Formats: sequence, structure tokens, C-alpha cells
Amino acid sequence: MAISLTVNGAPVTLDADPEMPLLWALRDELRLTGTKFGCGIAQCGACTVMLDGMTRRSCVTPIGTLEGADVRTIEALDGPEAAAVQAAWTDINVPQCGYCQSGQVVSATALLREIPKPTDEDIDNAMAGNICRCATYARIRQAIHQASDSLEG
Amino acid sequence: MHPDFKATTAPRPTRRGFLAGSAGLVLGLYLAPKARASVAEGDFAPNAFVRIAPDDTVTVLVKHIEIGQGANTGLPILVAEELDADWSQMRAEQAPSDPVVYVNTAFGVQGTGGSTGLSNSYMTMRKAGAAARAMLVSAAADQWGVPAGEITVTKGVIAHEGSGKSSGFGALAEAAAQVPVPVDVALKSPEDFVLIGGEGVTRLDSASKSNGSAVFSIDVFREGMQVVAMVHPPKFGATVASFDDTAALEIAGVNAVRQLPSGIAVYAANTHAAFRGRDAVAVEWDESGAETRSSDEIARVFAEAARQPGKVAEAQGDVDTALANSAQVIEADYIFPYLAHAALEPLDGVIELREGGAEVWAGEQIPTISQQTMGGVLGMEPGKVAINTMFAGGSFGRRATPDSHFAAELANVAKAAGPGAYKLVYTRENDMHAGYYRPLTAHHLKAGLDADGNITAWLNTVANQSIIADTPFASMMKDGLDATAYEGSNDLAYDMPNTRLSWAQMQAGVPTLWWRSVGHTHTAYAVETFLDQVLLAAGRDPIDGRMALMREDRPRDAAVLARVAEMAGWSGPGMGDKRLGVAVVRSFGSYVAQIAEVEDRGGRPHVTRVWCAVDCGLAVTPDVVRAQMEGGIGFGLGAILHDEITLDEGGRVRQSNYDAYRMLRIGEMPQIEVSIISSEEAPTGVGEPGLPPIAPAVANAWRALTGKIPYRLPFGAEAV
Repeated sequence: MAISLTVNGAPVTLDADPEMPLLWALRDELRLTGTKFGCGIAQCGACTVMLDGMTRRSCVTPIGTLEGADVRTIEALDGPEAAAVQAAWTDINVPQCGYCQSGQVVSATALLREIPKPTDEDIDNAMAGNICRCATYARIRQAIHQASDSLEG
Repeated sequence: MHPDFKATTAPRPTRRGFLAGSAGLVLGLYLAPKARASVAEGDFAPNAFVRIAPDDTVTVLVKHIEIGQGANTGLPILVAEELDADWSQMRAEQAPSDPVVYVNTAFGVQGTGGSTGLSNSYMTMRKAGAAARAMLVSAAADQWGVPAGEITVTKGVIAHEGSGKSSGFGALAEAAAQVPVPVDVALKSPEDFVLIGGEGVTRLDSASKSNGSAVFSIDVFREGMQVVAMVHPPKFGATVASFDDTAALEIAGVNAVRQLPSGIAVYAANTHAAFRGRDAVAVEWDESGAETRSSDEIARVFAEAARQPGKVAEAQGDVDTALANSAQVIEADYIFPYLAHAALEPLDGVIELREGGAEVWAGEQIPTISQQTMGGVLGMEPGKVAINTMFAGGSFGRRATPDSHFAAELANVAKAAGPGAYKLVYTRENDMHAGYYRPLTAHHLKAGLDADGNITAWLNTVANQSIIADTPFASMMKDGLDATAYEGSNDLAYDMPNTRLSWAQMQAGVPTLWWRSVGHTHTAYAVETFLDQVLLAAGRDPIDGRMALMREDRPRDAAVLARVAEMAGWSGPGMGDKRLGVAVVRSFGSYVAQIAEVEDRGGRPHVTRVWCAVDCGLAVTPDVVRAQMEGGIGFGLGAILHDEITLDEGGRVRQSNYDAYRMLRIGEMPQIEVSIISSEEAPTGVGEPGLPPIAPAVANAWRALTGKIPYRLPFGAEAV
């Protein structure tokens, strides 16, 4: 069964098992490898993408449910919030191993779209679903504040 | 992986211009075959570590894996410093697998671990940069007809003031390549350092790891590649009796199912099909050789052993007499669980088997041993297995296995299916059930106090499995003792008259491995919480009491303790809803003291702040040092709050994924302030030393709050 959707602004037709998680369709079929596999059960957040403007764990999202959907991945995350987040991430040297950071950046971008001036508590709530095994959390908080400040100015 | 490790089966660096055991670059060395091949036309490659391209970029070939610890930034800084390059022109690339050119001289093979990366490369990389600089200057002097001594190099610009001539590196690269490699080059004095020890350096991998473009093993695709998933035995030591692949082969995309020595491999067109196929294979297991004890049962056996006399590892004075004559004797028994590394990228790798050779893309921390292992499986010389070291999504020790079990399995995947390309990906469940855990460990401690509260005796017995016995690392053992099993319980910073440390080597069918900071993961907790308990009994302040005990020859331990006390404004553990606890630990050559501020949230500790003082010798990249302290604190905190791998009655691992084996999350991360002691001592490691003090510091604060600490970790685990 072919499924038609939009990925990073371009129309895509996937001819694959409708049960295939979006994660593996992105990675194996479309070779968009910035979105990462960590757990497969929506526990770690490494696979976070934007689906119709909201964050979604792609590892538990079957492509069969995505007819007509609009998916955006780390490779084409756009808008001022994404740019500010990525600039702050680099400036503050947030990443260590880096494997979780695509998901962190997507979640942080979504947060700033929702709450332009988040408190530490807002950040802890919005980022609670993204594990960083290297524990870069203190810098993630700092970078989100810096990104928020840069958008204001 | 441990700094004291010397492999017994690995080749020694004896040729190609390297002095055996020397950290120095000597002249006339050749490029490793792969590095030579990747040098582009017109590049200047003065040695095996540095390439300068016509576009002015300087690429450093990093012989260590980048697992988050900052190797791809720290080593290029050393080169850039001596080369007088501009930081913006620096690039990093993982060096190819070559046990000679890219040897870690601390190990005798190519490998990363034991927080040795920077210290091992400190002189080598600086000399490589200085040699390249000298050759560029010599080429400029020739072209411009001016004395080399009048030429300056600043931020990537070579200039001669008198003639007004100047050039970037790239324009002189071709000419510099013709200059003889200098015999000896002077290195900068530390006071002339511009980049080393400086602030504001952006990690070379920050940008690619913030936009999804960094390439990990799991991101590698090859022409015609199949994805492979494994079915592993449900118990350690079980083997395949028989299997039925009928249902698996009916799944669209599943191509084949094969039995390997380690389990059943499912070959498929994509990961989804491979994982579905994995779940569909029916296997009968032979459990006759399996470990079937529960972890509770193993803990009981180990705890009992820790209360018996073990093999003496270190002793002075007469502990038994001193204890018998003590006014007060204090005892404690501790149990530490098995712990999984749980790196976010599960074990994975790609192999392409061709006629007469194989190429591998993987995050192997000891590529030399992996080459030998894979060569053995495939029946080819180790040198025929070329390993491309990829970014690894965390390791914490997990990708440095003495038996190279993953590399062996990857080679077997290819061997069973024949020439072609294969990506082996562990599910999270494969990864968590695979073993190679931090060893379950029991400690028994006993201290004697005289009537004035002075410590007269200190006894510590440690019972656990050896990580290195019966592996290529066994040469690290001396007189039947594996120091990695109890490191941190020995050579204490504290002066105590009668001490005895013993070790009981235990047996269990659960494979164990170094887990970020190895023995210090448990010894720091046992020693530093027990000492607090003893000081409390003697009516002493935790910091004053430690200071009074410090050996005269351990000024660096005392200095970090004094610094952290100052940072936190220490005047005792405090009285209110938030209490402070302290610990100081030397590990991997570095000294770290931490104070944790802890409050009670629903009967569990919540850590609000941590102050951390670190002495790691010269801090080459202070921001990386701070990052590693922060990471070590978070990693250690997650473990004591949440983590244990347990085996049920029968021997099955209970935890399969991050729902049952919880990671620290952002809301649990304390505010952290790090202070680095200014030092001109040689750099020592930072990847591991940030971890050991956090657990005892938190527990000591918890005791100040509640009067109790857990003697079995994690917090909330029931006593044996």
C-alpha cells in the first residue's frame, strides 16, 4: 500500500509495510539519518520529529497512519526558533556524544514556538521526554534560555 | 578500559620510525596506508597526524574514538597551538585502524579508554603541529628568499615583516611537502599558549551534532546492504538447541535466517523487517550451562564472601590487634548492583566482506583487538580488516570489550552469509540483556576508634568478579590480584595507622566490564560514606575531619577539598531542608572533590546543587573539562537514584528498556558549578574522574537530612 505524505516540504510516496514506524521509513527508505533510534518504545526521544507542527516520537508512529501528513526532521528544521536553538547549541557546546541531540533540538524548537520565554520549569517539563545519557542537561537549559534571549533581541 | 592495561596479544610499536613506548613523533615516519590513500592531490601531509589542504584547512587525524569526551577537539587544539593555526581552519577526522602508527602508547595497541586520550597524545600531537609549522616556515623562507628566523606565524598566517610578504598555509602546502621533515623542533613554553587552556573554543563536532549531519555507525549505508537483527539467549551461558524460522521468513523483507555462535541472525531488506523477523523466530534453548541464580542470590554469596578473609591487596600495621583494642568499632556492609552502560546508540556496526578483505564501520574503542578478532573469524590477516572508526553514540566503557564480542558477531554475520554488506543493529533489548555490566560488588568495612575519636584501624574487603581475568587484559593482574576490582579502596589519601584491604575474586556467569570510572564506581561510595560515618561517630566535621587525616604527600587531594569547601561556603552539613554532603576522590590521575546540596522529595533525595573542584593537571580545554565533570555527575547521579540490572529466579535479566532501567532526566539534573585548579602538571583524564564523588556526596547529605544512607544501591533497593 502506497502512502503519500510530505517530508521536509517535498511530496513523498512510501511503498512499504504500513506498520513500519516512521523512524525506519525516514532512515532506511529516505536516508534521513539525523533522526535516531534509541529505544523503540517512545522512552528516549532520540527519534523526535515534527508531525503537522507538533513533536512526535517517530519510533512508535506507523506510516500507515500518515496519509497526507506533514513531517519535518532535523535535516530541514526551519524558522527563527530552530536557527536560534542550533546556534546556541553550538555556541555553548551542548553536545557530547551527540546521538540524542537531534531529538533535543527538535523538542527545544517546539518549546520556543509554544513558549517564547520559558522558565527552568517549562524547560524541564518540555524536555522531560528526551534522554541524554551524557547528561548535558545543564547546558540544554542554558542553551534554550540563550536561544530565547537571542529571539527577543 | 583502563590506563594500566597492556595487551599481551597485540603487536608492539617497533617499526615505521616510532620508538617503542615513546610518546614522541620521530622523523621519517611513513603514513599508514589508509591515511596515505586519503591524502588528496596537493595536500601537505608532514606526518601521520596532520594534513594541510590547498584551501587552508588543517585536518588532524585523531587516533582515539570520539565518544563525547572531546577527543576530536582536544587533539586538534594541541596541533593548532604548535602550528599557530587559526581555530576556524581546524578539522578533525578519525584515524584509520593501524596498531603501529596510531598506537595508544599507554596500551600498546590502538585504543581509547582509562581517560588516557589527551595525556597520551599531549606531546605527540604538539610535536606533529610543531614539525608542520617548521616545514611551512622553511618553504616560505625558500620562496621569499628571507631567513626563516624572521618569519612569524599567527592565526594561520605566515608573514615576513621586512619584505611585507605573507601567505596562508594552503598556498605553501605543496612546497612544504618537499621540505625534509625536521629532526627536532622546539615546542612552546606554556606561558606562550594561545589555545591550550583558553576559553571560547567551539568543539569541532558541535555543529554537526546539532543539525543531524554527524555520521554514526547506524547511519552508514552500503550498496546492496542488508540489515541484521539478532536473537540472543535469554540467560547468560545458554545456547541454541534448535530453531524454527518459518514464521520469520514469511515476513516481507526478511531474506534469510542463520545460526551464529552467539544466537540467531535475521537478514532483511530494512531494519523494520529485521526487527519483526527477530521477534518471529522460535528458538529452543539449551540452558544446561547457563547462570540460573538470581542477582539477589549472587549478592548474598558475594556479601558473605566479603565478610571472610580475602586475598590481601594492601596492608600496614596490625589491624586485628588495633580493632581488638579500640574503644569503639564501626562496621558496614554494602551491595552495589550490576549496571548497564545503556549508551543511547545501541551496539551496531557495518561490515562489507569482499574477496580477500573486509571493511568495517563501527564505534570500536580498541580497533586493534577488533581487527585481530574479526581476522580470526574470517580467516584473514588482521590487517585485511580495515576499521573506519565512527562517532559513537556514547560508550562509557561498553565499546571496549576484551573479547570484542560485538566485532566477532559482526564478522560472523558476514561469514555466515558470504560476500556483501551487512549492518548489525541491536535492539535496545539486545543491548540491555547482553551483559558486560559493571560488576555486582560487596564491600565489608570495619573501623576502630580510640577514646579520643582517632581512627586506629581500617579494614575493607571487596568481593566481586574480575573484569580482566581470562581475557587478553589478564597481564594487568599481579599476584592473582585485579586492581580494577578494588581501585580506590587502596592507596587512600588518609593517614591511618593500621589498614588492610582484601579482595575476594567471585565467579558468576554474568559477563562484566568497565563502566565509566570502573572500580571507583563502588569504592568511592564505600570509602567516602563509611569515612563520613566514622567521622560522625568521632564528632568531627566531614571536611575538617578529612583534612586532618590527609597524608602529607597528597596535597592535591587536600587542595581540591579546600577549594570545594570555599565554593560552597561550607560550615558543616547545615540544618535546614537542604543539607550538604562532601566527597573527594583521586581517579585516573585526576583529583575531584564535590559537595552536593540535597533535599527530601517524597522520601527520595533531590539534588539541587553540586559544587565541583577538579585538578586534572594542565586543563587543555577548560570547557571540555567542565562538560565532563557535569556529565560524570549526571551519569553517577542517575545510577544511584535509579539503576540496577537484576536477574530473576532462573537467571533472566528483568530490565529490557529505558522504562525499567531509568536514565536521569532533565528535571533531576542539579545546577553545577565547576572550578578547575590552575596547574602546569601534565594533563590527566577527565572522562571518568567527575563521576566517583557524586554518589557518596549525595548519600552523605542524605544522612545529614535523614540520619540514614542506603547500604545497597540504588536508593530504594531492599537490603539483602
